[in-house]
Amino acid sequence: MLASLGMSSVEELFSDIPREARSPAFQIPRLSEPELEAHLLSLGKKNRDLSQFQSFLGGGIYQHFIPHALEHLAGRAEFYTAYTPYQAEVSQGTLQAIFEYQTAICRLTGMDVANASMYDGASAVAEAALMAQAIGGKRTLTFSSALHPQYKRTLRTYAQHLNLDLVELPWRENGETDLEALPRGDVSCLILQNPNYFGVLEPVKMGADLIHERGGLFIYSFSEALSLGMLPSPGSLGADIVAGEGQSLGIPPSLGGPGLGIFATKEQFMRRMPGRIIGEARDSEGKRAFVMVLQTREQHIRREKATSNICSNQALCALRALIYLSLMGEKGFRTVAQQCYHKAHYLARALAEIPNLSLRFRGNFFNEFVLTLPGEPQELLDFLYRNSFLGGIPLARYFPSLKREILVTVTEVHKREELDRFAQLVRQWQGGLK
Amino acid sequence: MSELIFEKSQEGKIGFSLPELDVSPSPVDFEIRKEIGLPEVSEPEVVRHFTLLSQKNYCVDTGFYPLGSCTMKYNPKVNEDLARMREFALLHPEQPEETIQGALELLHNLEGYLCQITGMSRFTFQPAAGAHGELTGLLLIRACMEERGEKRDIVLIPDSAHGTNPASATLSGCQVREVKSDQRGGVDLQDLKSKLSSRVMALMLTNPNTLGLFDENILEIARLVHEAGGLLYYDGANLNGICGYVRPGDTGFDVVHLNLHKTFSAPHGGGGPGAGPVGVKENLVPYLPLPTVERDPEGKFYLDWERPKSIGMMRSFLGNFLVAVKAYAYILTMGGEGLKRMTEDAVLNANYLLHLLKGHYELPYERICKHEFVLSTRPLKEYNLKVTDVAKRLLDYGFHAPTIAFPLIVEGALMIEPTETENRQTLEAFARALIQIEEEAKHSPELLREAPHNTPVRRIDEVAANRNLILKK
Repeated sequence: MLASLGMSSVEELFSDIPREARSPAFQIPRLSEPELEAHLLSLGKKNRDLSQFQSFLGGGIYQHFIPHALEHLAGRAEFYTAYTPYQAEVSQGTLQAIFEYQTAICRLTGMDVANASMYDGASAVAEAALMAQAIGGKRTLTFSSALHPQYKRTLRTYAQHLNLDLVELPWRENGETDLEALPRGDVSCLILQNPNYFGVLEPVKMGADLIHERGGLFIYSFSEALSLGMLPSPGSLGADIVAGEGQSLGIPPSLGGPGLGIFATKEQFMRRMPGRIIGEARDSEGKRAFVMVLQTREQHIRREKATSNICSNQALCALRALIYLSLMGEKGFRTVAQQCYHKAHYLARALAEIPNLSLRFRGNFFNEFVLTLPGEPQELLDFLYRNSFLGGIPLARYFPSLKREILVTVTEVHKREELDRFAQLVRQWQGGLK
Repeated sequence: MSELIFEKSQEGKIGFSLPELDVSPSPVDFEIRKEIGLPEVSEPEVVRHFTLLSQKNYCVDTGFYPLGSCTMKYNPKVNEDLARMREFALLHPEQPEETIQGALELLHNLEGYLCQITGMSRFTFQPAAGAHGELTGLLLIRACMEERGEKRDIVLIPDSAHGTNPASATLSGCQVREVKSDQRGGVDLQDLKSKLSSRVMALMLTNPNTLGLFDENILEIARLVHEAGGLLYYDGANLNGICGYVRPGDTGFDVVHLNLHKTFSAPHGGGGPGAGPVGVKENLVPYLPLPTVERDPEGKFYLDWERPKSIGMMRSFLGNFLVAVKAYAYILTMGGEGLKRMTEDAVLNANYLLHLLKGHYELPYERICKHEFVLSTRPLKEYNLKVTDVAKRLLDYGFHAPTIAFPLIVEGALMIEPTETENRQTLEAFARALIQIEEEAKHSPELLREAPHNTPVRRIDEVAANRNLILKK
């Protein structure tokens, strides 16, 4: 091959690179496949994964059962070694799957249109806020302080140089967002997470009505997608944009990534929506087909005037969510959602009966709740850890005023005996205090 | 054939066996949702539906995928299995740090390798994709400028750049000024000089650029931008063309993003998840997103959330961790020398393919290319054919098409990136197909205009799909 180029050395192909800027040799070992596997296994052994614990961690990433058929289907190389369906005629698999995903998301959220997905819940919320600002042109964005702390952090990062006012609404004694704190003047949007970070169900309808009265848009966020199987749909409550995290839908916890940014809106705002969108089409013989549409919003055409800079999606994660929803189906999905609810309430009741322990908030919740402890949370969490329980997230990590609180999450994977054992361990720890 | 999963739904079917609720139900004080509209299908029906769908995809495992600037190289299978291990996939980001030491060590090691490969000081793994990395990098530069007390809000971007560059610049609150390309396809130095000012915050550059050409003036460009008080951003989409030969950090770049799904073989997943880690020189380290992975003197790894100058978070948690696992496995499979060999093979493949096609399609810039090159189908206008027609006809020959109609500065662009994982026979077969298509264009242009003929569906009417939008069932 070199000879046909009239060259004698491969070095000649790099003659355009200045000599003085040449790279030093990399000091990176080369491993054979067995050595590589052994190395990664040894790193893996330094972790203790969730299968070694009874885990009650949630707060944005959840452990749900993933059907085996899902792994086999999403593991098909035809899906994972393809790319963006630029050549639609040879990408009908990906395109149809995303069209079905969009359909599933519209039905779950009660919205008109959904995009092909975004990076994660946090960046989806940030994009939703910027979209609302672009639509209304107003510079004040409001959001609940009970929004996931990392979503808040991401929103602030995205907005920092865009000359916007970010107003955080405090939470009330019952754990709901204090809607009375909503500013009177021109407000671009209100973002509520439901259930919020504390697991508490928000007065969503009231929030939507209030922000609409003030001419702003209502953004409904969520981090636990299973809640959509039991709560009224965001669309029915007045959402203009829905932006949340879809990790619960068949994606393993994965140390927090990759996840799935779910994004949906009303038809009237469709052209302002960031991200890829797939539409149904016909081929030259009239056959049903699918293709990317509304690309004139996107960066490769609009460049600096695009609705967003996003040029990819989390297609494989969207596929996983679609397969999850297909396997669970109407009945399965709703049943799993209700199991999460009832098991969480069962545990909350058992814990609240323990002397000196209480639920921090009176508001109803879905599958997460905040527990107030009589002592230092870390002491309880350490005690539980020694018994192979991951008891929850100490909230002081994100909310300095919640010094004695932990966030406890229950899903359908927890059996009754584990819930009982959890309560028993906490009782034992409490009894040993003082 | 293309029935949707929703259209296969039959009441009462389910694809999963649920355990019974084993606790007594609690009262519910809201109206439980009655109907969602999810499909009701059995497990075998779901499996068949998605298996059949998958077979309508063209993918790297079935054929040559020369999509320019996307680096569609082979994705080693072992990496998939390693990332799927429950020791990595079943980790919760809020677990105690002592239980995720292996994961943090992996990120720490990978960060070290990426620093070595690029000549940077530190990396963050938060960005989920290249465009996400661009925004991160620009915010880092803005933070640095603000601390210096400088008001700079212009980002210079060459006219050959990826569309994400200007879109990211806008999102960072900056204005975009375009810099022209010169006769050789590089940055026009005169035009650059005329646009540099005390308001210029950064120049974003892809090198090799989207024409597959290495900018020979890079050291001069860096000097000019730095002299004017700006910083240089490196779009790492095309690192596969120089890895092991030159490091962005050694040619004056202050910030880089890498695409782990391109250079480092993590699969593209039909559009994602990818990963776009961002590396910086020492002066930008304080601004990196939260958290960073650190090692204490005892060798214990931890996450540092106490970084007062940080720009904040670009998304939740630590980024696309499982993608990082695959890139880590790839880098160790290649080793230092192997990474250089990777680039040599990629560049040799591209130049060989260019050599085979030269004379059949217009070549706008006659130079050695790096890992990709751009041809123009402009002469085919004579037969009333567009670049799309050539691309669609290639599908009939069993190849994926190159990136088309980009970069914008070349009319009818075919942007071809063969990657290093293709053998000579494949390159030659692809060249024969493109040459054959050129012949067809002259003698039977309708073959191109009506293409593709033997794909799962024929040419799709995108105009109609955009006019009559159907975005869900």
